[in-house]
Amino acid sequence: MKRYLALCCCLLSLWLNPALNSVYAETDTGKTSTGETTTASSPHIQQLLTELTQKSLNKAVPVLEKLEQSGGEAMLPLFRTMLDGNLYFIKANRQVISVTKAESGKAFANVFTGEPLPEFTKKQIKKIRVNNRLRGYLRDAIARIQLSSSDPAAREKAVRNLLSDLDPSTIEAIQSARVNESNTAVQEMMDLALAMHKLTNAALAVDQLEAIEALSGSLESEVRNLLARVSESENYEPAVNKAAASALVKIQDKVEFYAFIDQLFFGLSLGSVLLLAAIGLAITFGVMGVINMAHGEMIMLGAYTTYVVQLMLPNHIEYSLWLAIPLAFIVSGLMGVLIERGVIRFLHGRPLETLLATFGISLILQQLVRTIFSPLNRQVASPEWMSGSIEINPVLSLTLNRLYILAFALLVFFLLQLILKKTSLGLNVRAVSQNRNMARAMGVRSDWVDAMTFGLGSGIAGIAGVALSQLTNVGPNLGQAYIIDSFMVVVFGGVGNLLGTLVAAFSLGIANKFLEPVTGAVLASILVLVFIILFIQKRPKGLFPQKGRAAE
Amino acid sequence: MSQSLSSIARFSASDLFKGKGQPGGRVAPFVAILLAVTVLASAANLLLPESSPFYVSTYTITLLGKYLSYAMLALAVDVIWGYCGILSLGHGAFFALGGYAMGMYLMRQIGDRGVYGHPELPDFMVFLDWSELPWYWLGMDQFWFAMLMVLAVPGLLAYIFGWLAFRSRVTGVYLSIMTQALTYALLLAFFRNEMGFGGNNGLTDFKDILGFDLQSDTTRVALFAITALMLALTFITSHWIMQSRLGKVVVAIRDGEARARFLGYRTDNFKVWLFVYSAMIAAIAGALYVPQVGIINPGEFSPINSIEIVIWVAVGGRGTLIGAIVGALLVNYAKTRFTAIMPDGWLFALGALFVLVTLFLPKGLVGVYDQLKAHFAQPQSKSDESSTPHQESAKEASV
Amino acid sequence: MSALENLTAEGKELLRRDQVWPFLMPKQQAVDVSHQVILYVEGLNLSFDGFKALNDLNLYINDGELRCLIGANGAGKTTLMDVITGKTQCDSGTVYFGQNHNLLERSEPEIAELGIGRKFQKPTVFEAHTVFDNLELSLKTNKGVMPTLLARLTPTQLDRIDQVLEIIGLKEQRFMLAGALSHGQKQWLEIGMLLVSEPRLLLIDEPVAGMTAQETERTAELLTSLAGEHTVIVVEHDMEFVRSIARTVTVLHQGSVLAEGTMDQVQNNKDVIEVYLGEEA
Repeated sequence: MKRYLALCCCLLSLWLNPALNSVYAETDTGKTSTGETTTASSPHIQQLLTELTQKSLNKAVPVLEKLEQSGGEAMLPLFRTMLDGNLYFIKANRQVISVTKAESGKAFANVFTGEPLPEFTKKQIKKIRVNNRLRGYLRDAIARIQLSSSDPAAREKAVRNLLSDLDPSTIEAIQSARVNESNTAVQEMMDLALAMHKLTNAALAVDQLEAIEALSGSLESEVRNLLARVSESENYEPAVNKAAASALVKIQDKVEFYAFIDQLFFGLSLGSVLLLAAIGLAITFGVMGVINMAHGEMIMLGAYTTYVVQLMLPNHIEYSLWLAIPLAFIVSGLMGVLIERGVIRFLHGRPLETLLATFGISLILQQLVRTIFSPLNRQVASPEWMSGSIEINPVLSLTLNRLYILAFALLVFFLLQLILKKTSLGLNVRAVSQNRNMARAMGVRSDWVDAMTFGLGSGIAGIAGVALSQLTNVGPNLGQAYIIDSFMVVVFGGVGNLLGTLVAAFSLGIANKFLEPVTGAVLASILVLVFIILFIQKRPKGLFPQKGRAAE
Repeated sequence: MSQSLSSIARFSASDLFKGKGQPGGRVAPFVAILLAVTVLASAANLLLPESSPFYVSTYTITLLGKYLSYAMLALAVDVIWGYCGILSLGHGAFFALGGYAMGMYLMRQIGDRGVYGHPELPDFMVFLDWSELPWYWLGMDQFWFAMLMVLAVPGLLAYIFGWLAFRSRVTGVYLSIMTQALTYALLLAFFRNEMGFGGNNGLTDFKDILGFDLQSDTTRVALFAITALMLALTFITSHWIMQSRLGKVVVAIRDGEARARFLGYRTDNFKVWLFVYSAMIAAIAGALYVPQVGIINPGEFSPINSIEIVIWVAVGGRGTLIGAIVGALLVNYAKTRFTAIMPDGWLFALGALFVLVTLFLPKGLVGVYDQLKAHFAQPQSKSDESSTPHQESAKEASV
Repeated sequence: MSALENLTAEGKELLRRDQVWPFLMPKQQAVDVSHQVILYVEGLNLSFDGFKALNDLNLYINDGELRCLIGANGAGKTTLMDVITGKTQCDSGTVYFGQNHNLLERSEPEIAELGIGRKFQKPTVFEAHTVFDNLELSLKTNKGVMPTLLARLTPTQLDRIDQVLEIIGLKEQRFMLAGALSHGQKQWLEIGMLLVSEPRLLLIDEPVAGMTAQETERTAELLTSLAGEHTVIVVEHDMEFVRSIARTVTVLHQGSVLAEGTMDQVQNNKDVIEVYLGEEA
């Protein structure tokens, strides 16, 4: 994206190219510091900068205006530094630098490139002072520069920043920019700003009403504040008050709707986590009938695998996740096969004993992790592409990592469905789960199938661990927190029914998130638990029971 | 009632001394040993000087008292799991509820001696700015009422839960998971400050019980002795129940519930009442536990506690009352020693215990003992090995 | 005002001296067999996932009769028994025990208490109990929780158990654990458990499976001797056995009655030959 932008700019204005490089491309900083071809050090600008260091406060504005005109976007760092009060100059050669507070004393850097500079003593440098008037000017100038930015998103953001502080000069700038604007989103934002201006400054009620009309439906908090002010202000005619109030109600409804979507999203997100945690269990418990209390620890192992992979590859966080997914599958899957071969197969047909033995295993695994790593929680870093969020509108933004995990959970689910339905392993698994003796008689190696099934279920738990590590900290008790919930999901959905697990996971997740604001998080999970307990009373076989004589 | 009394009398006269080798038998020797140890330990604490080599410290007495209440808890689980095949992973909940009822009484006994010196409200309520006692704390200053609640609340919970679960024929693993969910839900609930049970910290800083100082040696010994007595009592009652036809029905339900139903037994009723009985024993154990350890907090509800009880029973030998008690005592003693030597190792040991016992000792230590005994007794009575123990009771019946 | 009137009317109704309060009415009423029919099965339908296990099945069993049910696998014999004993809920139809007991409204224990005993296809006895205890548990007594807790064997009951032990030939094994019995012995024990409970109607599913010829013969004798006093329904695949005991045979096919009559009649029935016996001939 950035490169593309840089390219565009190259074509648009040749002389601006080096400046852009200095702003955007770090690799080019060597050139800028030597300072032959960059805008920042072009003779004209350099002269202006020197002037800036010489002028007194009141006379700085014309210099800044000239800088804005000739420097354009390249001046943004300078203005920002100045606005923050971090702009200094070296007394010896009148060169401007940025001085910021760092952890150890102060950090010195080139204003335009951000490149660190050697330390200066207090006496060698002098601060370029700013007053309120200058600050106001700088703020507007920054907005104006951004308004002419080539990136629509930056332009939109600039307008949005201006919303809180609309004065005639910015309105003028917006109006002139509006004429040439081609991007609809930016246009809308600009219209919004103009409408706000109109509402506050228009003399006629008709114009004000028109402005309100334009504003209704916007979710910007500034718009809401303004409308709230207008609806109560006595400076406006009653009709305008009323229109503002009704527009506000309309906006409020919209906000509530998006809040609902937001909750739904969080519910789906929790549901996807539950799905990931429960789906492995749905295989081992649902298909094999083996109750594995160490399932939570398989999740934990997966999460720790992610952690270890990141420790090994500290410089490749971006890719470590892709490595962690198969590794976690292998680690947890192998552990699952080990448990199946070592313990569970001897307890065949004794579900309660299996439960106890696997619980013992879960204790051992937890303690093992506590001894090897530490009882404390560990932080797993998220890769860049997973952090951040998609902002759909001012009140609704979806965090990327949750979105990815949602998609990932569904992907895993369908892959698993595919494996069970379309592969020979799946066929064998289903055969053994329905009639072990018959399957054996048909030549299915039920031992092998058991081990593979268990490995598959555990491996998926490991993958769930990778996903979980992106949402919470990784600790020895990570799995424990999910085991009861996962069982609930499987039981709720109907044992042996993957689709039921899917539906159950999402409905429980959504129910939990919708109860939370009403009852608080703890009470919500209690209520959900109680609901499931009652539900199992009514339908012991879950939402989607297997019917017929075979089920008995 | 007279009938029941006479059957108790009959039972104690005959079964008590003849019941050796019978599942759940060995009543008299066990009760005798238990009471003897209790008397000796108490005497050694109260009568001997501290310098004596036979002196038993108050710490040990309290520890023994704690073990005995755990043994009662194990007994409760065994009654329901060993005999009826219902694996409850939530018995810690009943234990804790009984404990909380006792704790509430003890809390009220503190009176104005708390940190804030409020005449009526426990410290944590003052801290939360509550102005008056919640309704469910009323009456808990009366010992008899608190004791009633010790039995009533867990009993009622067990009844409701059991009624719901057994009526809709939830069995096996599902039931286990549900009991676990039950205790988990209670854990979450009791962690909340708004519940009015002291939240995270639970109830603690008790001063005295029935006017006796909880820190004094005599009170401690008395509590220990009462625990031992209650254990003996519940043991004898449970033994009697299991020897009655009800006990046979319960085992029948374990082995073939459908058959029992077709014979005309309303199996869900049997299960519910046994569950309630078991829950009440667990609650009594909890109520005896709290004054001895001096604290009750939501941690007692945590699922791992409940599942640990199950392993005590499994180690000792399920389906034999004595096995549950022995298992609880042994595992807890091992835990005390282990955590003193290497604290980190205990969970490894416990985990290994779970695996090894289920794999290699399905009948527990009592099973091993019986096997050994049968092995050595084999040459003499090979032919009627399996019928010997039962012949006696049935003969008796046929007389 | 009218509410008050209603109330007094209701009160009067409650206090009527010629009526017993509904909740005090004994649930256990004698089975009304005044029409000599003890079991009415009418229009029974049941399907599992589209498979019709029972298809508009009608069956009447006379009091004191010995009836054999035969039919190929999946004909609905066991399912029919499941419905009668309350194990399975049917989709539609009625099942009456005598003229006054609707079995579809009752649970398994209630049906058992009415006097319907059942032997399963696979022998199910309480393996951890002795033969004696198995029989003791099956006695016809009050089976509530408290009565069971306080129950003692009466001499009459003891005699009854001894008598049954004699009949089923397990006198020697009375103190053996039921789990240690042979397959045939378990079958006998299960029949014995039915006998001690003194049922009106016995449903017996494949009683001679796994028995030797001699044992089979004795079973046949036993079952025929039971008829008259009890009503017996036997499901069996062994045609020889059926011929030796049966007076009336009902052939089930695909969930409904195909033919009914004596063994000879049935064997000569065209339909039956076609769908069932035909395969063997």
